[in-house]
Amino acid sequence: MMLACGAVAACNPSELTDAEIETAKSLTLAELPPVPPDPTNRVADDSAAAALGATLFFDPAMSIDGEVSCATCHQIDNQFQDGLPRGHGIATTDRRTMPLAGVAYSPWQFWDGRRDSLWAQALTPLEDLREHGGTRTFYAHLIAERYADRYERIFGPLPDLTGLPVHAGPRGSLTHKAAWARIPPERQEEIDTVFANIGKAIAAFERTILPEETRFDRYVAALASGKQPEGGAAFTDLEREGLRLFIGKAGCINCHNGPRLTDDHFHNTGVPAVDGLPEDRGRAQAVRQVISDPFNCFGPFSDGTEADCGELRFMVPGGEELERAYKTPSLRGVASRPPYMHAGQYRTLEEAIDHYSRAPEAPAGKSEIPALVFTDRGRAALIAFLKTLD
Amino acid sequence: MVRVLPIKYVVIGAILVTISAAWIVMSQRHAPPADLDLARSKQSVGGIYTVTLESEAEPVKTGPLHSWIAAVKSADGTPIVDATIQVDGGMPNHGHGLPTAPQASHIGDGHYRIEGVRFNMGGWWELHLRINGPAGDDEVTFNIVL
Repeated sequence: MMLACGAVAACNPSELTDAEIETAKSLTLAELPPVPPDPTNRVADDSAAAALGATLFFDPAMSIDGEVSCATCHQIDNQFQDGLPRGHGIATTDRRTMPLAGVAYSPWQFWDGRRDSLWAQALTPLEDLREHGGTRTFYAHLIAERYADRYERIFGPLPDLTGLPVHAGPRGSLTHKAAWARIPPERQEEIDTVFANIGKAIAAFERTILPEETRFDRYVAALASGKQPEGGAAFTDLEREGLRLFIGKAGCINCHNGPRLTDDHFHNTGVPAVDGLPEDRGRAQAVRQVISDPFNCFGPFSDGTEADCGELRFMVPGGEELERAYKTPSLRGVASRPPYMHAGQYRTLEEAIDHYSRAPEAPAGKSEIPALVFTDRGRAALIAFLKTLD
Repeated sequence: MVRVLPIKYVVIGAILVTISAAWIVMSQRHAPPADLDLARSKQSVGGIYTVTLESEAEPVKTGPLHSWIAAVKSADGTPIVDATIQVDGGMPNHGHGLPTAPQASHIGDGHYRIEGVRFNMGGWWELHLRINGPAGDDEVTFNIVL
């Protein structure tokens, strides 16, 4: 029995030590700083921009078939995700839809960090043929037709769109790319500015989506102030054991740290590839994409200076550690949003935790995680704890 | 007298040994050595330079990008003003490098600002400086525990 407890089991139901309470406190919302400023988006904290962004976020006209909005996958009553293994807009994508609570704290967006700001992220699905499927001139025309007043009050006059094709863009079909190539560069830049501003408005809205206090936060707050956690702050023995494992022997806190329970970094944890999908190298392919993104921090549409681009300046540009590395997701609300991992590889928390028990070889690159031996009780405790983050 | 243990006991024993070994590995994996050298001023490995390292953001925290200042002197105490310094590092117990690619540049009087450092998890980190200067190439490693 002692040896079994020595493995990653839940053994001691007694109260947490002061050191454990201190560590647990680092994971609570009380420790969450204000949303960091985004100097690359001058309307990041403008309420009119956030309101326009909310309208655009929920408007299915923001797609080529008039049926897909951001909210198609980022569902407001579902933690702004869709519960599917892989997001489905016009067609099915290759990755799991990420939830949005606290998204403005992430220096890198998407599972692989292929965008370096929330506004640059918001633009990407708009042009993806499997998501919204639109083109830059399409969105510029749409803003002019439906939202001109609101847009111009925030961003100033819209450019003259007369004579521009309905559909033209650098990331569309061959026809759309050819139409884009025929547009003079100065007009392309005007369209790109409108497009960037759409992203900035949506980002201003998304910055208001924040994680909410959970039983875990109340439990630790009570302990930290020397009170007995009661009612909506109480933990069962099993939940407490799970917390102790999480911050202790199981080592979950290594990557799932801070008030959002993520280190905002990319790790290869040996998650299996999905049969039938194209090769997915995670962060290894994303670094090139973010460097070449015209909407990145260094680009002409950023409102910041080079000093605001620390993440991009000091980005690790290559190496084996990037191979199949994916962003650590926040664990807030995790229990009620299966399936798990970057392509929904695991249907349940049990399967996800079993992954860490097995610690399989990575399909490419090298997995960072060691095998953990979870007892049944330890696994149950960890799951019980994760449910307190809802 | 020699007794042969029934196979089921051998199997159970093997499982318990594996479990306890995993536990020991896990327990040790996160703990830095008790005698870890945490000095912030030390000689480079080959004795060419003396390097003093200070964080510009004390206390050093897990999470934010921040900078360090490395003061580099020759063995006789002269500030080294024209070295190039390459920075890397990582977590020895976890087998991974730094999450960022910091860059060092001279800011005057033998002081070099190392920008773009991030520690994305708690535990034992190393910052490794390769110094290429007029007196020669040398290196020094600092230990940081968060």
